[in-house]
Amino acid sequence: MAISTSTPPNGAPGVTAEHQRRRTLLHRLDVRGAPYAFVAPFFIVFAAFSFYPLIYTSWISLHRVELSTLNLMEWVGFGNYTALWEDDRFWNALLNTFTIGVLSTVPQLLMALGLAHLLNYRMRGSTFFRVAALTPYATSVGAAALVFTMLFERDFGMINWMLSLVGVDNLDWENNKWAAQTAISSIVIWRWTGYNALLYLAAMQAIPRDRYEAAAIDGASRWQQFLKVTVPGIRSTIVFTIVLSTIGATQLFGEPLIFGQGPNGITGGADNQYQTLGLLLYEEGWKNYQMGRAATVAWAMFLLLIVVFVVQRIVKRFTTRRT
Amino acid sequence: MTTDSIPARATDAPPEAVRKTRKSTPPGGRPLRLFRHPGAGRQHHAGPVAYILMGLAALVSLFPLYWTMVAASTDNTRVTQTPPPFLPGPHLLENLGKAWQDAALGKAMLNSLIVAGVIALSTVLFATLAGFAFAKLRFKGRNVLLMLVIGTMMVPPQLGVVPLFMMMTELGWGQKLPAVIFPTLVSAVGVFFMRQYLAEALPDELVEAGRVDGAHSLRIFWSIVLPIARAPMAVLFMITFVHAWNDFFWPFIVLDMTNPTVPVALTQLSAGYVRDQSLIMAGALLGTLPLLALFIVFGRQIVGGIMQGAVKG
Repeated sequence: MAISTSTPPNGAPGVTAEHQRRRTLLHRLDVRGAPYAFVAPFFIVFAAFSFYPLIYTSWISLHRVELSTLNLMEWVGFGNYTALWEDDRFWNALLNTFTIGVLSTVPQLLMALGLAHLLNYRMRGSTFFRVAALTPYATSVGAAALVFTMLFERDFGMINWMLSLVGVDNLDWENNKWAAQTAISSIVIWRWTGYNALLYLAAMQAIPRDRYEAAAIDGASRWQQFLKVTVPGIRSTIVFTIVLSTIGATQLFGEPLIFGQGPNGITGGADNQYQTLGLLLYEEGWKNYQMGRAATVAWAMFLLLIVVFVVQRIVKRFTTRRT
Repeated sequence: MTTDSIPARATDAPPEAVRKTRKSTPPGGRPLRLFRHPGAGRQHHAGPVAYILMGLAALVSLFPLYWTMVAASTDNTRVTQTPPPFLPGPHLLENLGKAWQDAALGKAMLNSLIVAGVIALSTVLFATLAGFAFAKLRFKGRNVLLMLVIGTMMVPPQLGVVPLFMMMTELGWGQKLPAVIFPTLVSAVGVFFMRQYLAEALPDELVEAGRVDGAHSLRIFWSIVLPIARAPMAVLFMITFVHAWNDFFWPFIVLDMTNPTVPVALTQLSAGYVRDQSLIMAGALLGTLPLLALFIVFGRQIVGGIMQGAVKG
């Protein structure tokens, strides 16, 4: 890649004044207008297919709309919201989304932190280990969930077989609520730990080496260095991954759907024991044909995200002030 | 795009470009946090414990995929016995062939290739255009617009599925590929990624020199920005391709089994249409193979790209 910094010859020879003026005009237009033209495609597509639908969702949520007759919208005011508020399935799905979210996010990020620390060592085959850690990320939800469903199978699954070696009886991973939520979380953890570890690793490598040297001179052990230098040094990345995983957790859909194998997937198990908000949205809209109610669930998910961000901001401010 | 030149560039280009720009950054300027010199914070050599733990982590990462292959190469009776099989059996090709037909994976593969290819191409093009504008062009409202781009990352597109579905039905795109392609033609992460790269790798003097030469903005983009941005564009292409290939929620809603993408077609395997467990695993393996191949060839570049795009304020 050759980057020449020498100034090229100025202007072309033999241009008339008229020509020159037109060129300056065009040039000005180009300098003023081109930036907007360059960023326009992003904003147009986002406005048309993300922002407008998001806003329109709130309008639909105030109506009764059926999947078979999408252009017939009957005004019901906040009827969908009160119905949702009184619906046990909503609170169940909200709680499940929260518990699966915690079960999948907390271990995932802690393990990613440890993995990043290991990857940060000078070692042979470090490229291999990095690619290996990222490979689950290349596996689609569909394939990963199919494989894990089989690994967690009650009668012949690998996990139960390994548990039987240490004397644990066969667990019914599908019908037992907490077992099912753990199994679903493990799919999420498997797919995303390596990805998060690489984000942490990138941030760790940006920490200046002299901070470690200073800490070592002060007599800090490696563990203390990890806690006092590494973790504070990558705090903004940690916050970033928490935000990303939280968004992912509130949207969880594919893993529980496929884990339930067929009709049980949409309802999140026979007793809705692992139905998430994403599944409830789908069930209302595309199984019960109530698009208005589905929109209400979507809007509830959006409000939930906002609440989470506000809480996160407050926590962040609190922890920043403390240090 | 010549594919054989990408791997070399993808690893060489960023540090070289960064070093050149570093010289031109005024002293006391904000230190570069992205595309930094590799290995800056690395400290210790790994001991045996670290190797053992890393080996375990690699095992956990790779074992489910290995076992998918094992299960896909045996038959239903063997898979459903305990202890489960650990070594491949003789039926791999046979099962792959059957799964290919049962889950209609041929059409799904083609669809996924089209969807992921188009989305990745357009994302790279528009992200580079916008990234160039945000990094190197001066215009009113630039910072506000950039904040807007970053803000859009916080809005999961899934929340708009109901109106989006109505919109696509109205457009006559229900069950058709444009319904999946259009909403994801751009990506905020992509714009941000390209902006970060170009802000550091593209010297201001080069853009100025182009202006003095009388080149208009699109010409500068084409002749100066594109050659410099080739490596990150290739990385962004691959990452977007992976995401688009694996995207599930919206394709699952808007497409059906007559015209699915690969992840959508795979749900058919779980829904009880196929009873044979080793066939299910064969289907899962087939659906993963294209991306695995991509990872085996370009894994290093993809890892590098994810790490480069990582640091956020």
